[in-house]
Amino acid sequence: MLPLFLLNLADDRLILGHRLSEWCGHGPILEEDIALANIALDLIGQANLLLELAGAVEGRGRSADALAYFREAVEFRNALIMELPRGDFAFTVARQFLVAVHGMLHLEKLQSSTHADLAGIAAKALKETRYHARHSADWMLKLGDGTPESHRRVQEAVDELWRYTGELFEMDDAERALVAEGIATDREALREPWRAEVSRVLQAATLQVPDDGFMQRGGREGRHTEHLGHLLAEMQIVARSYPGAEW
Amino acid sequence: MSLVRARAEYWQAVGEVLDPEVPVLSVVDLGIVRDVREEDGTVVVDVTPTYSGCPAMRVIEDDIRAALHRAGAGEVRVNTVFQPVWTTDWISADARERLRAYGIAPPSGSAAVATELVPLLRRAPVVPCPACGSTRTEQRSEFGSTACKAIWYCPDCRQPFEYLKAI
Repeated sequence: MLPLFLLNLADDRLILGHRLSEWCGHGPILEEDIALANIALDLIGQANLLLELAGAVEGRGRSADALAYFREAVEFRNALIMELPRGDFAFTVARQFLVAVHGMLHLEKLQSSTHADLAGIAAKALKETRYHARHSADWMLKLGDGTPESHRRVQEAVDELWRYTGELFEMDDAERALVAEGIATDREALREPWRAEVSRVLQAATLQVPDDGFMQRGGREGRHTEHLGHLLAEMQIVARSYPGAEW
Repeated sequence: MSLVRARAEYWQAVGEVLDPEVPVLSVVDLGIVRDVREEDGTVVVDVTPTYSGCPAMRVIEDDIRAALHRAGAGEVRVNTVFQPVWTTDWISADARERLRAYGIAPPSGSAAVATELVPLLRRAPVVPCPACGSTRTEQRSEFGSTACKAIWYCPDCRQPFEYLKAI
């Protein structure tokens, strides 16, 4: 149960970090290019720590690299929102914002996990995630309260992404058992604080908070969009072409 | 008795390892070395990461190993510990001054706990320019050339400078 939960946390960060790294060299301005690459690096670093821990807890001798590069799409447990194509800059900013606010609230709870290593990794990741949340909130304001074009694009991004946010608060029975042990935390309880914090920023940015409607799901069980396979093909090709290579 | 003497020697060796990205601070100045001890003849160094994805961490581990071997250690193990979580609050006043003299503004105040997401309700830290001391400086980006730095600008010098973020 614990390895799968750790894979949840790790895969969310690995897949989003990889998506974000696609901006490297393509950012709208130099500072933003650097910022997105830095955030990608933080996320992939967090994923690395969590994958190492997942491998150790699992006890089958799988390293972080083995878990990142030699699992198939159906074995990835990330939420679908992480794997969606990067879209335009507004889409990237809106996704970062919705995910970072969730991550911040989740990690605040996980830093008191009864699992000491998980608690430590969460406390570290929380500090980084606060920077990510502030950075994306700044852009939500600039785009939302910017020009009619930037406002339209970021509102469309929020509307499009909203249906992928429900999955962030889902738990299966295995995770509920970990909540009972004090290792995981109740994701359901994060929903209202998340909505409140997201709404404050959206309103400040003159953006509409979408209504909850149909929510996409399935990533946690390995049912992914077509986009994940393409992402993995690129992410895994070097490790799979030269297995065991070190550099 | 021999264990105490060895520890001091090894601490000194580790204390001479510099951060590859901020080469005026040692890894001990930064507070990322949490302990150096001997366990059955192996020198064990507890290290805590600065940022999860900091690529310098692996270089630092290799440098620590090399420094200890030079100081006469046999087996060396670098152990990663996650708690307590690293904070820039651990950087000493002396190290902060060296950082400033090198041209990087040291962390301002202590690491914030809560964060305000609505930009207009947020108060930016006051970060004096490391060259002229001006406090009219402004943040250009919270992310810089390395994970630990932000980009700031001094209107009096008309120059950008780097700031080691409080975290």
